[in-house]
Amino acid sequence: MFKATVERRHSALTRNRLPKSALWVVLAAAVVLAAALSSLVGFNLALWAVLAAVLFVAGATVATRIVEGGRSASNRFITFVVYGAFILALLPLLSVMWTVLERGLPGLTSNFLFTSMNGVTGAIDNRTVEEGTPVLGGAYHAIIGTLQISLMATVISVPVGLLAAIYLVEYGSGRSLSRAITFFVDVMTGIPSIVAGLFAAALFGMFFGPSTRTGFVAAVALSVLMIPVVVRSTEEMLRIVPNELREASYALGVRKWRTVMKVVIPTSISGIASGVTLAIARVVGETAPILVAAGFATSINWNVFSGWMASLPTFIYYQIRTPTSPTNIEPSDQRAWAAALILILFVMLLNLVARLVAKFFAPKTGR
Amino acid sequence: MSKRIDVQDLNIFYGGFKAVEDVNIRIEARSVTAFIGPSGCGKSTFLRTLNRMHEVIPGARVQGEVLLDGDNLYGPGVDPVTVRSQIGMVFQRPNPFPTMSIRDNVLAGVKLNNKRISKTEADTLVEKSLKGANLWQEVKDRLNKPGSGLSGGQQQRLCIARAIAVQPEVILMDEPCSALDPISTMAIEDLIDELKNNYTVVIVTHNMQQAARVSEKTAFFNIAGTGEPGRLIEYSDTTDIFNNPREKTTEDYVSGRFG
Repeated sequence: MFKATVERRHSALTRNRLPKSALWVVLAAAVVLAAALSSLVGFNLALWAVLAAVLFVAGATVATRIVEGGRSASNRFITFVVYGAFILALLPLLSVMWTVLERGLPGLTSNFLFTSMNGVTGAIDNRTVEEGTPVLGGAYHAIIGTLQISLMATVISVPVGLLAAIYLVEYGSGRSLSRAITFFVDVMTGIPSIVAGLFAAALFGMFFGPSTRTGFVAAVALSVLMIPVVVRSTEEMLRIVPNELREASYALGVRKWRTVMKVVIPTSISGIASGVTLAIARVVGETAPILVAAGFATSINWNVFSGWMASLPTFIYYQIRTPTSPTNIEPSDQRAWAAALILILFVMLLNLVARLVAKFFAPKTGR
Repeated sequence: MSKRIDVQDLNIFYGGFKAVEDVNIRIEARSVTAFIGPSGCGKSTFLRTLNRMHEVIPGARVQGEVLLDGDNLYGPGVDPVTVRSQIGMVFQRPNPFPTMSIRDNVLAGVKLNNKRISKTEADTLVEKSLKGANLWQEVKDRLNKPGSGLSGGQQQRLCIARAIAVQPEVILMDEPCSALDPISTMAIEDLIDELKNNYTVVIVTHNMQQAARVSEKTAFFNIAGTGEPGRLIEYSDTTDIFNNPREKTTEDYVSGRFG
């Protein structure tokens, strides 16, 4: 049997490649050099990190250029730039997460979660600071308020937004009414949230007397902000449902509205549901419209239709802006950060729910 | 079941554009009729007017009459939904509903219309329709799996099962095999051969051999040029169209001399 015997030699197909360890060597050198340089001007961690990164990128690019050539060097350089941009974009997020966790976790007690600020006075806070008694008072009323107002806003916005999107995609294509709706939805997307709050307050003021402030007014204000988001995301989702499915349904003798209800919406329900969830996440942190429309409260109010109502953002705002005890602000500070942590957790939970919903409702494939 | 279709002086428009002109044709019950012709000659457009599916496209309208056993589909007061429940359609690309199981896909025509149906009746209908579409043996153990998990040819037969489950008089097929491989095509062609015992079948195809294999009568459509309306050039027995055409253009087309 013939067997080619090839002499082992250096392959002519490979050009000089930088060994893998070379980059690590460059990194180590950059770190050491940056430490030395930064200690010249007075050592500080941020400066060290930035210098090390710059030196590493420069060193690695130059080394690559010498050994592997220009194309390889620019490839490597751009790769580093992209990674760098990604890290820069991520830093603020990580920083916020870290700060909120660090400051919010100590205040996150069951007392904080299940009591309101009713009866908590500056004297109690003073005693906490001076005598070390536990921080009293919590955000129970604000959590209830946020949940109720968001729920109400969702109840108002989802039907309106969904139906508007269905009209735009299924019935109104090319008509002037649908063009007008699209235009005004775009305008609504840009409305400052405080204006939405003023609108809702003025609207209810007209019918129920001036300074009508309830959770429901705030819900209306939030739904003004939510509706365009729901319309837009639902519209996108409905548009990507293939026309073939609609035709298949029509060809079976199914009426148009049944086709929409039973074929088009079920096919796109996962995208619609996650769009709605993200729209809720978008408005749950609104502060200004709630201040204008629902006022502020320190005690529990279960009724969205009467009385002022607190919410987590306004709770944070008041705890920071007007601490319960003006001389000892630490307890108020702690409550504010704990409330911020809850708010962030709530938004993250909604994002998670959106993903789960999208996965759960997605049309099944597989055999 | 199965009815005759008579088309009289049919003109089809998209907005101001005349897409098909002056079609007169009689499609016999319990037979397979094939429409052939170059792309853009209006054969698919014409097919869609036979169950008023062209109305889905904004601006589309027709002049003339389409008679289903003497009843004009375009008469005043005729509901297109009623028309479509009597004249089913199978499309070029298999399009089972992705949110539904195989079983629900077959029952789609019943369920989407909210008709009450008992479980045993539904089971019988599913089995009968899938057997009618030659798919029963392949899917009977996985009726509750999604329809999108089937192969392309199986999906197309599922669509045919879905169409015959509503017990139409006529089945229209718009290039049903153009997205399928030869084996699946053969399965569909065998199926068409069986369907003609119970239904009136009209099939649009680009594949002349297919027209020759499955149909009893063939209609040849053509256009004079871009922007001109499509016309029915010749309509007669399939053997005549392919072996002994009257028109020169038909002969050119079926013999492959067409430019």
